[in-house]
Amino acid sequence: MTAALIFEQILNGLQSGLALFLMAAGLTLVFGVMGLINLAHGSLYMVGAFCCAWVTQQTGSFWLGLGGGVSGAAAAGALIEMLVIRRLYDRDHLDQVLATFALILIFSEGTRMVFGSMPLYLNIPAALSGSLTLPGVEAYPVYRLFILGAALAVAVLLYILIAKTRLGMRIRAGESDREMIAALGVDIKTLYTIVFALGAAIAGLSGALVGALRSVQVGMGEPVLILAFVTIVIGGIGSIKGALIGSVLIGLVDTLGRIFLPVILKFFMENASANSVGAALSSMLIYLLMAGILAVKPKGLFNAAN
Amino acid sequence: MQRTDAVPQPATLPGLNRETIVNGMVVAALLALPLWAFSVGEDYYVNLASLITIFAIAGVGLNFAIGQGGMVSFGHAAFFGIGGYTTGVAAFHSFEETLFIAAPLAVSGTNQMLLIWVVAMALCGIAALAIGAISLRTEGVYFIMITLAFAQMIYYFAISWPAYGGEDGLSIYLRNQLPVMNADHPFTFFSVCFVLLLGVIFISAHLSGSRFGAALGAARMNETRLATSGINPFPVKLTGFVISAMITGLAGALFAELNGFVGPSMLSWHRSGEIMVFVILGGVGRLYGPVVGAALFVLLETYIGEWTEHWQLLLGFALLGVVLFARGGVVGLIAGKPRHD
Repeated sequence: MTAALIFEQILNGLQSGLALFLMAAGLTLVFGVMGLINLAHGSLYMVGAFCCAWVTQQTGSFWLGLGGGVSGAAAAGALIEMLVIRRLYDRDHLDQVLATFALILIFSEGTRMVFGSMPLYLNIPAALSGSLTLPGVEAYPVYRLFILGAALAVAVLLYILIAKTRLGMRIRAGESDREMIAALGVDIKTLYTIVFALGAAIAGLSGALVGALRSVQVGMGEPVLILAFVTIVIGGIGSIKGALIGSVLIGLVDTLGRIFLPVILKFFMENASANSVGAALSSMLIYLLMAGILAVKPKGLFNAAN
Repeated sequence: MQRTDAVPQPATLPGLNRETIVNGMVVAALLALPLWAFSVGEDYYVNLASLITIFAIAGVGLNFAIGQGGMVSFGHAAFFGIGGYTTGVAAFHSFEETLFIAAPLAVSGTNQMLLIWVVAMALCGIAALAIGAISLRTEGVYFIMITLAFAQMIYYFAISWPAYGGEDGLSIYLRNQLPVMNADHPFTFFSVCFVLLLGVIFISAHLSGSRFGAALGAARMNETRLATSGINPFPVKLTGFVISAMITGLAGALFAELNGFVGPSMLSWHRSGEIMVFVILGGVGRLYGPVVGAALFVLLETYIGEWTEHWQLLLGFALLGVVLFARGGVVGLIAGKPRHD
């Protein structure tokens, strides 16, 4: 157990946390502006990954693939917003959960029909496939740093978009009073489609980026979706700042817990059972964190919705 | 469901509204299918009817939370799975003749279904008490996500805990036993499930009509008003949540017996979604809605699944159609608006 290992794990935790932020940002944006709980957000993540893998296969360029993943997810998002989601804004959460659950079934089976059940593999482009020597760490993969940087860049761009631009002003206005902004002549329908497509595009980017790290397959969005839910519940639904802090917290707690919990338990019990108890406990750790935070703050750390 | 106690009935024929007739036909059909299959010796269809019945019990449990209490739990797979694992673990220790807990109190496994049911429901009740106590501090979309997250927590625990099969699950080599009857016989097992289904429907109806049910319904409609009339909504909702979880847990125990297997898939969030689909397809708050929903789901899976492996695509479209265009579910389509008499 060295300082270098701890540093490396903290980097890993930050990276997985920030990748999670890309998912959580779209979810919390859509909830904050439209009041919609969207289970199909994980499907958009999957669509992004598949589009990226397909375009990369066809063109041989990861960068074109990344563009394809983002625009494919955005297009899928805009499409389902216009066909289905738009009818759900006035419905209760139960209807939203079910309709978007139905969308998951449709997306997953549809993708399976097109691409089959075998996972696809995305290769990391040559420019990003090496590793760097960081202080204390022998070789840290460049691609992981790239994800970290890309997610940070998205966070900054999102902040600028929402705080500094006219579109962002309208989004914020729509968040606080949708009837008033419609009465002032803003085309609220188009605004909602744009917001939804924006969330979808970020989810697609996340799917494409993480898809190259793991494999691209049907159902890949679901575990991430649930983590993203935990994130925005911890951060406060509707708050992008909350999503950022929540996702970093979850990334760190999850990564560090998996490494260090078995080590800590070894002080109290024999090795074999410390490993199995440690594995079981660390897989529950983020949920316990969530329960703990909600017991103190039932509306999350940064509640923006109400 | 008509109440025989309390207020005098209105002048219309009591109990013979369209929903009651639909309910009667649903129960008759659910009984007729396995009776026919049993008489011609088709065990497959008897087991299919058992599956429908078990899913319906799970749905009745969730329907009590959603329909009566307005608590949209997206984590009922947790209770379904806890019920299932209780059966699996009890049978495992009974089969291996080992102890479940050695100290400070020796607890062995058992192969007695009745005992397993009681333990399964008790464990689900305890889990629901803990989950509900935290989740019910929140409401709306937070509640949906938190119940989902707690179910995932138990799911990951089941996967990473190696003692009972972990990711591979646990086989139940011998079906557990009931007194007097031979539970191994498919039709006997169906009958037991069927009686239990009628039992939980009766209990659910009786509770809905009781003072407690009225308070729970009021908590769904307007918590502030309930609080103003001197009833604290929190314990009422928590009790409702626990009862709902116990019913779903019983279904989980039966499901494990039927399949002879428990695995983490019983706890997965797809299962939570499916239990919710039973409730919605049938119609939220309808007493027999989950029976209709479960029957539709199983028949769709069986028959369209034979025809194409992509049956979930059709299920998705069907579900989307029901949510967008038929808000009362199938019972609502056939029987019209619910009557409040």
